[in-house]
Amino acid sequence: MKSLTKNDLTLLVAVAFLTLFAPFILNPFPEGSAMAQFNAGYPDLMQRFVIFGIFAIGFNILFGLTGYLSFGHAAFLGVGSYAAVWMFKLLSMNVIPAIILSVIVAGLFSLLIGFVSLRRSGIYFSILTLAFAQMMFALAYSVLTPITGGETGLQLALDDPRILGSSQTPEGNIPVPGLFGMEMRDSFDLELGSWVFTFNIGYYFCALVLIASFYLAIRIFRSPFGMMLRAVKSNQQRMNYTGLNTRPYTLAAFVISGMYAGLAGGLMASMDPLAGAERMQWTASGEVVLMTILGGAGTLIGPVLGAGFIKYFENIFSKINATILHEWFAFLPDGLEDFIVAILYPFIGKGWHLTLGILFMMVVIFLPGGLVEGGQRIRSWLQARKSKNGRPNGTTEPAE
Amino acid sequence: MDAIILQILNGLDKGSAYALIALGLTLIFGTLGVVNFAHGALFMIGAFCAVTLSRILTLSHTVIDETKTDFLGNPLKVDVPYVHDIFGIAAGNAIIDWAVPLAILFAIPVMILVGVVMERGLIKHFYKRPHADQILVTFGLAIVLQEVIKYFYGANPIPTPAPAAFKGSFDFGAAIGFDPNLIIYPYWRIIYFLFATLIIGGVFAFLQFTTFGMVVRAGMADRETVGLLGINIDKRFTIMFGIAAAVAGLAGVMYTPINSPNYHMGMDFLVLSFVVVVVGGMGSLPGAVLAGFLLGVLESFASMREVIDIIPGINQIIIYLVAIIILLTRPRGLMGRKGVMED
Amino acid sequence: MGILEVKNVGKRFGGLQALSEVNLSVRENSVHAIIGPNGAGKSTLLNCLVGKLIPDTGSVMFDGKSVLGRAPYEINQMGISRVFQTPEIFGDLTVLENMLIPCFAKRDGAFELNAISSVMDQKEVLEKAEHMLEEMNMADKRHMHAAAMSRGDKRRLEIGMCLSQEPRLLLLDEPTAGMARADTNNTIDLLKQISDERDITIAIIEHDMHVVFSLADRITVLAQGTPLVEDDPQNIKGNPKVREAYLGESA
Repeated sequence: MKSLTKNDLTLLVAVAFLTLFAPFILNPFPEGSAMAQFNAGYPDLMQRFVIFGIFAIGFNILFGLTGYLSFGHAAFLGVGSYAAVWMFKLLSMNVIPAIILSVIVAGLFSLLIGFVSLRRSGIYFSILTLAFAQMMFALAYSVLTPITGGETGLQLALDDPRILGSSQTPEGNIPVPGLFGMEMRDSFDLELGSWVFTFNIGYYFCALVLIASFYLAIRIFRSPFGMMLRAVKSNQQRMNYTGLNTRPYTLAAFVISGMYAGLAGGLMASMDPLAGAERMQWTASGEVVLMTILGGAGTLIGPVLGAGFIKYFENIFSKINATILHEWFAFLPDGLEDFIVAILYPFIGKGWHLTLGILFMMVVIFLPGGLVEGGQRIRSWLQARKSKNGRPNGTTEPAE
Repeated sequence: MDAIILQILNGLDKGSAYALIALGLTLIFGTLGVVNFAHGALFMIGAFCAVTLSRILTLSHTVIDETKTDFLGNPLKVDVPYVHDIFGIAAGNAIIDWAVPLAILFAIPVMILVGVVMERGLIKHFYKRPHADQILVTFGLAIVLQEVIKYFYGANPIPTPAPAAFKGSFDFGAAIGFDPNLIIYPYWRIIYFLFATLIIGGVFAFLQFTTFGMVVRAGMADRETVGLLGINIDKRFTIMFGIAAAVAGLAGVMYTPINSPNYHMGMDFLVLSFVVVVVGGMGSLPGAVLAGFLLGVLESFASMREVIDIIPGINQIIIYLVAIIILLTRPRGLMGRKGVMED
Repeated sequence: MGILEVKNVGKRFGGLQALSEVNLSVRENSVHAIIGPNGAGKSTLLNCLVGKLIPDTGSVMFDGKSVLGRAPYEINQMGISRVFQTPEIFGDLTVLENMLIPCFAKRDGAFELNAISSVMDQKEVLEKAEHMLEEMNMADKRHMHAAAMSRGDKRRLEIGMCLSQEPRLLLLDEPTAGMARADTNNTIDLLKQISDERDITIAIIEHDMHVVFSLADRITVLAQGTPLVEDDPQNIKGNPKVREAYLGESA
């Protein structure tokens, strides 16, 4: 870590802190209290935070740095999941070989698809990636059923061969994924007063992978390669007239981000050993686009924030229902209470997608830099207020 | 031979829908230079115009029918649609039956309004932004629109039948000399195809023969020059957006009897329509129409049992496969112009 | 035998014969200007030299090797750098980063996945870039956003980026177009200095006679897609054919 700048190191430490202490941070409300439903510190959700964080970090290496907007990245996550489940079926329930295979398979797929798609740029590239992903989705759903499990998805079975391991546990169950004896699903609860904090092995495994992925992303961003990618985004023409063929650079970025997606897919399968084609659908690809933009494309921390934000909303916001709203506004006069609940109702519960869509549009229109830019604006606004004689804004805006 | 004719016919209705959506997409892209990911949502809104109209027409009030009783002997309550009160029972029933075709009249103003509001309220601000931003903001808009529809109409498909007169099928084979029942084709699909041809013809005639169309075509070729001539091109482009929205909407209205509308039908069609536009050639109206029908028919051929037996799954991927091949061999698509979106 | 030999180049766009029978020889280490009225085919010719267009007929040889059919990045690798009419720089990057890109680029264009080491660790390349910024007098602007600079500074940066590649031939397309007088004079001085101090050939397409006559050792006048005359500046000034085709028109 010697070559990280102070800012990058702070960022890395912040991410490490947030992920390692997530069981505390995400469970601020005591068990059984009215606010407990906003607790997000349960293993299943925390795992999703970090896995999608990894997915978004990888997507950002492509989109944030090169500006190439892929609408098919979920396909790599999907093949990663399939690869991992096959590894569980055939080799062993240890997650390490499974994840390694996920990354390799996703890398190979992205090499092939990237090689073809990157021959075009702009919207053509987006459509090509979309077409490839939809093709893979359609095939996984139908013809490739022997490999993918088709509609039901790929699952473990009691008669899997599993060369390094047993087909069944002594009790006759399907074994669960683990890491040298530690089972991914194992958790222990820490009770402090009326608070309950859950520490899950699977989560911590994912969290360590996220921290490593984030560190790697910082290195890539600050490397000559990362600078080349930003140059590609800024001016392809000048790249060409500097004697540089941009395609190897964009292809490398595409493959790296595809491998990140495969890693996320492998982790997903390691937490819950099944894989389904719906993970590859273009709506899933759209979701990672949303996460990255919402958080702040091209920034390091943005995609992680975006992934956390969207997954939190998806799981927590969507659980608020009309009854809960009525409870909240019970202090108001009846008519007003009903009115406010009626107004808010479309935006919560099942309607959270509506909120997400509106939020996303707002971000694209007013905050192209996403939540990160929002944070920066607030900070510079506060600074400007603090030092009245200081410069009105700290950043220099490009003139053209 | 009969199988081939049947597949061509089968491909035509889906191809019509692709062609209509792709036409609107191309109009918007060609005139405004905007990549509209919310265009599928316009198709969907059109379909829900038909649903809405049929709901309005069947709005009822309850009356107690003294002449009938239920099994307990109480007078029966029956729902009487308001249209019965206004037009009488026979005419009222006919109006309800014809809800889908009538929805065309309802949808035109609604869709133009939706289109104009969309352009003035949102798209206008994105003319100078990168295409990626346009894709993203219209993608967000598409999510919002489909969630709004889901909120009001629920998540399940809503069956919206065609008028009784068009139920059933036409024995196309018998009419052209094959054995009966070999090539049968639902009447409504014939109607849909004719309707699509009419709209496409209308749009082309409009662009070809009116001054408005001439300016728009000039604008598609070279926006800046037309602007310099002092022609208020922006206003015309707004109208053009309204027209493109109406075309997508009408495609949706008429599609409801073929596929019961649901809130995500727009997205389903959008992905394919984009592929169609790219295959046809970004910015080329004839290309969009040609590619729409071509891919519709190809898709239908690929669904033939004989073909699937040879190449399993080909029906699922044929459109994407063709798109990939076309994009790599003819980067500008079938009829694309040089220099469109190439940087 | 010049370093750049253009022989019988012709290019047609539909019904328009943009270039026909263009012959041109640029001597090594000279400053060669190509002038001509609007529509004379100057930009088309330039695009043929750098691989953006492929001429229909004729040959373009650089240092004894044909450039035709090669991609722009390959031609650059042969030792030709190009400066554009509107400065083409990396607007989203800082000035220093702009300079680093050509410094990192290998002469043979080989791809290097240098994804783990930090830019700041590459001392040699950093030094080279810093040195070039100093030479261009813009070291104080190194952390500025390139897009935020004035046009004159952008031009300097672009020229600096080209020079850091140590090209043998520098092509400039109306380098002073749209510039204020002071910026124009600075650019002329810069180009003079480059040509004096370096082992470099400069070919310049220019509209501004002041620039041409302050810099050029040799001038080719292009009219209607074909060279009218190629001569030294003094002779060009007095040539009645040139006056008729070009100078008279612009005067």
